Amino acid sequence: MHRRVATVVARATPTAACLMPLRVFHSVLEPAGPQAASITWLWWVMFAVCAAVFVIVLGATGAAMLRSWMRSDASARAGESTLGAAVAAGVGLTVAILFGLLVADIRAHRIVSSFGAPSAISIAVTGHQWWWEIEYEDATPSRRLKTANEIHIPIGRPVVFKFASHDVIHSFWAPNLQGKRDLVPGISSAIWLQADRPGIYRGQCAEFCGRQHAHMAFDIVAESDADFERWLDAQRGSAREPQSEEALRGRAVFLARQCAFCHTVRGTGAYGNVGPDLTHLASRGTIAAGTLPNSRGHLAGWIVNSQTIKPGNQMPPNPLEAGDLQALLAYLEELR
Amino acid sequence: MMRRGCVICALVAVIEAGCRAGVYRDAMEATGGDPARGAAALRRYGCDTCHTIPGVQTAQANVGPPLTAIAVRTYLAGELPNNPANMQEWIRHPRAVEPRTAMPDTGVTEADGRDIAAYLYTLR
Repeated sequence: MHRRVATVVARATPTAACLMPLRVFHSVLEPAGPQAASITWLWWVMFAVCAAVFVIVLGATGAAMLRSWMRSDASARAGESTLGAAVAAGVGLTVAILFGLLVADIRAHRIVSSFGAPSAISIAVTGHQWWWEIEYEDATPSRRLKTANEIHIPIGRPVVFKFASHDVIHSFWAPNLQGKRDLVPGISSAIWLQADRPGIYRGQCAEFCGRQHAHMAFDIVAESDADFERWLDAQRGSAREPQSEEALRGRAVFLARQCAFCHTVRGTGAYGNVGPDLTHLASRGTIAAGTLPNSRGHLAGWIVNSQTIKPGNQMPPNPLEAGDLQALLAYLEELR
Repeated sequence: MMRRGCVICALVAVIEAGCRAGVYRDAMEATGGDPARGAAALRRYGCDTCHTIPGVQTAQANVGPPLTAIAVRTYLAGELPNNPANMQEWIRHPRAVEPRTAMPDTGVTEADGRDIAAYLYTLR
């Protein structure tokens, strides 16, 4: 299902695909920022040291077997005198290697947990079963904004993420950008991260959080400063007025039917806070926390019966009249 | 005894593979599309979020009718005679065919429509 989103997004929204940076392969070994780079460095150090130890131990074992097979009893007894020295050397080397790895680990950890500028962009992330609530913080309340599952950040600038959980323990993990950080109910925590290259970096909940844990993904879109500011301004605005007759009817459906009880569309009477904010739904690349591409076909199936796609999620089936469904789709597609 | 069983199994496998190849060839000839590309395309447009479609792992939904044996069904959408032209028309412009349908126009291109129809005609 996830691979499907990765390959599908670019095709589902051709105009967005031209403007958006490319999706980057989800991997710890392809770091895109200083924090992730230090983790990758530590990974390679560990790999190299452990591989060398493995080869040396196997070589020594092979040599010992070969020697005992070729040698006579008399020379074996002579060899016992050097055994003590060999064991001492082995223990000494092991201690030295482990100490070296400890130093490397401390170096990596210092970079991972380093702090950025105090005036950095601050993003509050709240974990829900099974989606991510995203809020861009600002000293001016009217400039704060809420969205879901898709986080935009400017490249080359440190960003602070503050975490909370609405229900159970989740874990925020975008392997190309940072290590994991748990979202524990009742405890707040924070990490810094920075992306140095533009791209769409996939993130995933990394702590089992219930039935749809695997379908709790998010995207971090790293883009230029100008693109980021443009996105921020657009997201701060209220939902635009429906442009077509059908979309206008769709808004009426949205407000009159059950949608508005759980979802917010700023600028309308919909202030529900059970599900994601849909004010700018159409600007997002995926729906259902990275489960499906955001296209009309996927949206339709999701609205009518999301339980076959992501069983157990909070959204109930919505058996709308066919005409109401078509109007609702027209409306949601205009929420850019 | 054992050997005869093996021979029969192999024969069945060969015949089945031959039949499947025939089904694919027929579907390609009827539509001019490619069933393999069609299976990928119908996931891209989200057909699988509403329909159960044999052979497509993600397609286990029950919003619309299952497309099991759609190749040999008499009518499409309850009104169109089932032929390749009507199949493609229905896939690409459902609301033009039936204004009261819940099936949305998902923006299927002509080429993708041919491929999707080709895949659906392999479902016998």
